[in-house]
Amino acid sequence: MRLTEAQSKAVFRDAGLPVPDGEVVSSPEAAQAAAARLGTRVAVKVQIPIGGRGKAGGIKLADTPEQAAEAARALLGARIRGYLVHQVLVERASSVASEYYLSVTVDRARQMPVLIFSTAGGMDIEDVAEKTPERIAKLWVDPSLGLRDFHLRWLLQQGGAPADLSREFARFVRTLWELFGRYDAQLVEINPLAQTADGRLVALDGKIEIDDNALFRHADLAAMRSVEADHPLERQAREQGLAYVKLEGDIGIIGNGAGLVMATLDAVQREGGRPANFLDIGGGARAEVVERALRVVPGDPDVKAVLLNVFGGITRCDEVARGLLQAIAALGGTSVPVVVRLTGTREQEGRALLGEAGVRGVSSAATFEEAARRAVDLARSHGNG
Amino acid sequence: MAILVDRGTRLLVQGITGREGAFHTARMLEYGTQVVGGVTPGKGGSTVEGVPVFDTVQEARAATGANASIIFVPAGFAADAALEAIEAGLELVVIITEGIPVQDMLQVVARARQRGTRLIGPNCPGLISPGEALVGILPGRVFTPGPVGLVSRSGTLTYEVVHLLSQAGIGQSTCVGVGGDPIVGTRFVDVLARFEEDPATRAVVLIGEIGGTDEEEAAAFIRERVTKPVVAFISGRTAPPGKRMGHAGAIISGRLGTPQSKVEALRAAHVPVADSIDEIVRLVGERLGRPTVASRA
Repeated sequence: MRLTEAQSKAVFRDAGLPVPDGEVVSSPEAAQAAAARLGTRVAVKVQIPIGGRGKAGGIKLADTPEQAAEAARALLGARIRGYLVHQVLVERASSVASEYYLSVTVDRARQMPVLIFSTAGGMDIEDVAEKTPERIAKLWVDPSLGLRDFHLRWLLQQGGAPADLSREFARFVRTLWELFGRYDAQLVEINPLAQTADGRLVALDGKIEIDDNALFRHADLAAMRSVEADHPLERQAREQGLAYVKLEGDIGIIGNGAGLVMATLDAVQREGGRPANFLDIGGGARAEVVERALRVVPGDPDVKAVLLNVFGGITRCDEVARGLLQAIAALGGTSVPVVVRLTGTREQEGRALLGEAGVRGVSSAATFEEAARRAVDLARSHGNG
Repeated sequence: MAILVDRGTRLLVQGITGREGAFHTARMLEYGTQVVGGVTPGKGGSTVEGVPVFDTVQEARAATGANASIIFVPAGFAADAALEAIEAGLELVVIITEGIPVQDMLQVVARARQRGTRLIGPNCPGLISPGEALVGILPGRVFTPGPVGLVSRSGTLTYEVVHLLSQAGIGQSTCVGVGGDPIVGTRFVDVLARFEEDPATRAVVLIGEIGGTDEEEAAAFIRERVTKPVVAFISGRTAPPGKRMGHAGAIISGRLGTPQSKVEALRAAHVPVADSIDEIVRLVGERLGRPTVASRA
């Protein structure tokens, strides 16, 4: 789960790190009032849980409260990089002398937390890593050792942090490290970490990503999930306990096991089709789960055909067939054609159930490739018809 | 012959009294695995499927001579269970549980490394040496003994591929599901090293997916250290960046984890990357130097 900039900055502020004064608002009038209260030049920034907002036109500067209102009017309700903008942050604009980069994240390859510092702040850190790797300092911290003083000295010296600010930098690094652990973060990032004209360090932007698997011990953070930012279908599926991801095509995909579902998406694309979603019913799914999946996926207006691809290991094919029939009975038929491919545990029983029921719009395929091809054909003819 | 688990494996089931633990204990016993004990704190003295249950791993190990453990404990308690198994000195610890916080796993993985424990998972289906031992939730009946070692980040995709291999008359030495999380105890390179040393393994199938750089590291390792033929498959090749595809580890983030990078690295190491599941079987058959049932038909 990604916190927005304003949420991240609230966490920083609570931890004692300086951030610019600002207010989150959701109307032009409130933006104008906030800018008037701040009484300076302000930045109006869209609050969506994704980076690259500046490049996408999501950040505007305003010299007067009227300009702030105008900026908010242009941004609120706009769609930026796929996210609908509900809120903007109106924030005191800072005069910046230099910009740094600081983060703590998990290095998957080394299986350790890593601190990253760079004097090339305000840029995409991956660009910096590619073009000027010498400007990035990295320090891996053994979790059983924790962050030690010498770690700080190494990181800041290697990264070329100005010596007169080393005490301030050390405070930022320590606090970020502590927040990383306390909030089960995958990433805590300040970019840019600015040195202002009067020589202080301020977090001008902030990004915190929380490990979804750890939300059970952070009820306060879970409540911050901005439901508006999600796709409504994804929200609906999550509420029903389904692993669903909305994609941009027209063939609904349901399968068991993440790897199998991904391979099904690939097979559909290879046959020239475009998947509308990813949906994993998981291992050992009962009929009810299958039924829920078959209510969510065809509920997407983009979907022209559904492909249900199941390999029965622990999952029983007869349970899957039963779930499919229950969904169709409950919905009074199927609005789009469904292709079913059942292999493995109890496949004969599963196919027999479907055969006996003989539901209109439901057909079986024997292999992975055949199922993908059939779904693509059906989506095409259904789309045209 | 096989790697990691065989007839000599003496297994404890942590979380044996839970629904999943009890169900899979029965299936592992049925397959012939030596399940010698179970552990559920507070349930010591009872039995599940005729297997004695203990309160602690230490006690279970002393009483049964167990050398391995499989964990079905819920996510909030699984890291503790794994650390208990590691501290009790078990050689192999397999975590089936899905949804364990990453920072918990960082500690568990670091500790397993220090103690020399072979940790597999989490969020994995376990492993099987066909005809010898099943330590996991894999459907035993699709596997057949033979010369192919398989290592995979995905469970059902493994079953799918093995089903086709078995149908084509190609059996397996050991199949290892390493798990779909970003931080896992055993990675492709660890398993490849074992297969390279295992006389019973003559070819290897590697099933990767988007996210992380394990496939790239495997490619580098194969190039330098593996003499046996390897065939690969990468799933999620058409997945868009930034979307987590079910597995917590299956996400293209920034410039890391793209399928192009994985496919290129593997091909540069002379590892053919199959475009479809069916093609895996054909490529393996060719490398074993014998026509498969499917290609004869």
